[in-house]
Amino acid sequence: MVQLTMAKAINEGLRRAMADDPKVLVMGEDIGKLGGVFRVTDRLQEEFGAKRVIDTPLAESGIVGTAVGLALRGFRPVVEIQFDGFVYPAFDQIVCQVAKLHYRTRGNVRMPLTIRIPWAGGVGAAEHHSESPEAYFVHTSGLRVVAVSNPQDAYVMLRQAIASDDPVVYFEPKRLYHTKAEVHLDVDPADAPPMGLARVAREGTDVTVLTYGAQVATALDAALAAEEDGISLEVIDLRSLSPVDYRTVGASVRKTGRVVVTHEAAREAGVGAELVASVTERCFHYLETPPVRVTGHDIPYPPAKLEKHHVPDLDRVLDAVDRVLDRPNSLTGVEQ
Amino acid sequence: MTTVHTLNPMADLATDVDDVARLLTPAGERVVDPDLQQWIEDVDTAAIQRLYRDMVLLRRIDAEGVALQRQGQVGLWPPCQGQEATQIGTARALRADDFAFPSYRETGVVYARGGKPSDYVLAWRGEGHSTYNPYKLHTATQQIIIGAQSLHAVGYAMGVQRDGGDQVAAAYFGDGATSQGDVNEAMVFASSFGAPVVFVCTNNQWAISEPVSVQARFPIAGRAPGFGIPSMRVDGNDVLACLAAMRWAVDHARKGRGPAFLEAVTYRMGPHTTSDDPTRYRDKEEVEIWRRRDPIDRVEALLRAEDAFDDGFVAEVAADADALAAEVRQAAMGAVTREPLSIFDDVYAEPHSGIDEQRVAYAAYLNGFAATQES
Repeated sequence: MVQLTMAKAINEGLRRAMADDPKVLVMGEDIGKLGGVFRVTDRLQEEFGAKRVIDTPLAESGIVGTAVGLALRGFRPVVEIQFDGFVYPAFDQIVCQVAKLHYRTRGNVRMPLTIRIPWAGGVGAAEHHSESPEAYFVHTSGLRVVAVSNPQDAYVMLRQAIASDDPVVYFEPKRLYHTKAEVHLDVDPADAPPMGLARVAREGTDVTVLTYGAQVATALDAALAAEEDGISLEVIDLRSLSPVDYRTVGASVRKTGRVVVTHEAAREAGVGAELVASVTERCFHYLETPPVRVTGHDIPYPPAKLEKHHVPDLDRVLDAVDRVLDRPNSLTGVEQ
Repeated sequence: MTTVHTLNPMADLATDVDDVARLLTPAGERVVDPDLQQWIEDVDTAAIQRLYRDMVLLRRIDAEGVALQRQGQVGLWPPCQGQEATQIGTARALRADDFAFPSYRETGVVYARGGKPSDYVLAWRGEGHSTYNPYKLHTATQQIIIGAQSLHAVGYAMGVQRDGGDQVAAAYFGDGATSQGDVNEAMVFASSFGAPVVFVCTNNQWAISEPVSVQARFPIAGRAPGFGIPSMRVDGNDVLACLAAMRWAVDHARKGRGPAFLEAVTYRMGPHTTSDDPTRYRDKEEVEIWRRRDPIDRVEALLRAEDAFDDGFVAEVAADADALAAEVRQAAMGAVTREPLSIFDDVYAEPHSGIDEQRVAYAAYLNGFAATQES
């Protein structure tokens, strides 16, 4: 067991996947000598050569589109999109080609492609560098979508994503890149909990908080604070957004009867909307109060100096907890 | 040979269609092209007869597709009449283990790669998004998104480089696709990595209702050199020129010299698809001009001049075309639609709880009807 940052854990995941399987390739902008703008691919080109760690032209559709051809030829490309907001030029290739080729060819063509996306805000970045585009990909059948929240998951789930015969959109929260934790590198990805399973990050009895990515840390902070008020939060780290592990989610909701969903992506038609609708369909008779969403606002991601008003923090999560518990809250007395 | 066919910068793209490399005139006379000649020295009369047969059979498949659409047996058909020489000439220059990436109109490429009658009609009938295994024909599923396949071809070619193989990838797209980012990105990637890929741009003058002049103010073949890719502008209605030029391009790529680009100047005689009405946007006179440049008539004239177009040969080709058309028709009429729950198959390669749940729920729903009917 070693102490690693999330960036190092992902780096190690890439290294071991490449060492184990000569068909694994890494490609993207600035990933070679520079080691990626976040140094996630640090020294991989030195070790595996420029034919397997490919510095590409600055063309996102080109990166994903050529990765499709490489996958068709039997390779397992791991593509780095430099920043979340840069994935949009590759959107057509991802949703029309990567997601659908297996279906289109009735299973004859496999797309074992991993699309790594440094993701979301909280790092004071420029415009287009803090987007949360996960709902677009969750809405697209044929893609698996995962979001990691800690170095151990980042390492194991990346190995699992690369090993999967399906395309995986793999979201890495930028603001956790330098967060350190213990990582078991020798865990066999095949024996570890599959990337499709949710994780109970903290057990509790009063309210279920459903979240993913960097918001898991926020929810855990909220749980600590709530504990001081005698309120017990159960925090579920979804880990996978497609599919969602409704077995774990449902078991928690049936236990607590109250649900808060939090993510930093905008609210309208977001992942939270899907979670609330699905939980309501599945667990309606167990719910004590309507589920509540705590999300980014339905605005373009704001300038860095104002982003703290957009990304839900501990207090906004606690306010939502008060609402599902019918305690005095920000909406108390407001006509709804 | 790293050639760029001489391009006249003042050319009118719509009318100056004779500014092309050519081996067979519209009248069917052989001419010498110093660049192309060496690539068809082995093509004897019997080989030309085979090319003729391919083109006639392709035209018959195409006509059958249109007829089946008119009769409601297929939902849509993208005719390729007029483009037979481009499709057959270029595709016949590929080795069986090369990999082709055709667009929706390249029926002739699928035919030349060994497609079965059912492969031509079942996707357009709506029985499946594609009907052949790409790995069996070494041909990707026909692409509908404009230009997207050009990147797949480049990626495949990059894979060949990494495997140390000597296959070539062929990316087929139309003149409209050259306006797309993907085609331009494909040329950047191909050039930068020296990928063994051949770009085949079928300039058929029209992208639905938009003339090529909306896509290009300079001959399209002239763009490739700007990417560092040698190119050639050939007569797309001259099957010998298409074959020769593609052999040059494939040889260039196979020998590790990087990508090559062909612009085949031809004409889409019919509508964009059976849903289109070209009389709204183009003149009859233009269509008539191109009818006189017909790629099949041209080879017929050559074969007649070589005394190789006797009644026996004509009857044999006609019989083959009739038989193939009947098989195409039978494939459409005899199609068996898959069972409903198959819509959930192959969304993912591995189990996905969301899809698996929906399949179970929909199966229960359908079973409910069965139970009602039984009672």
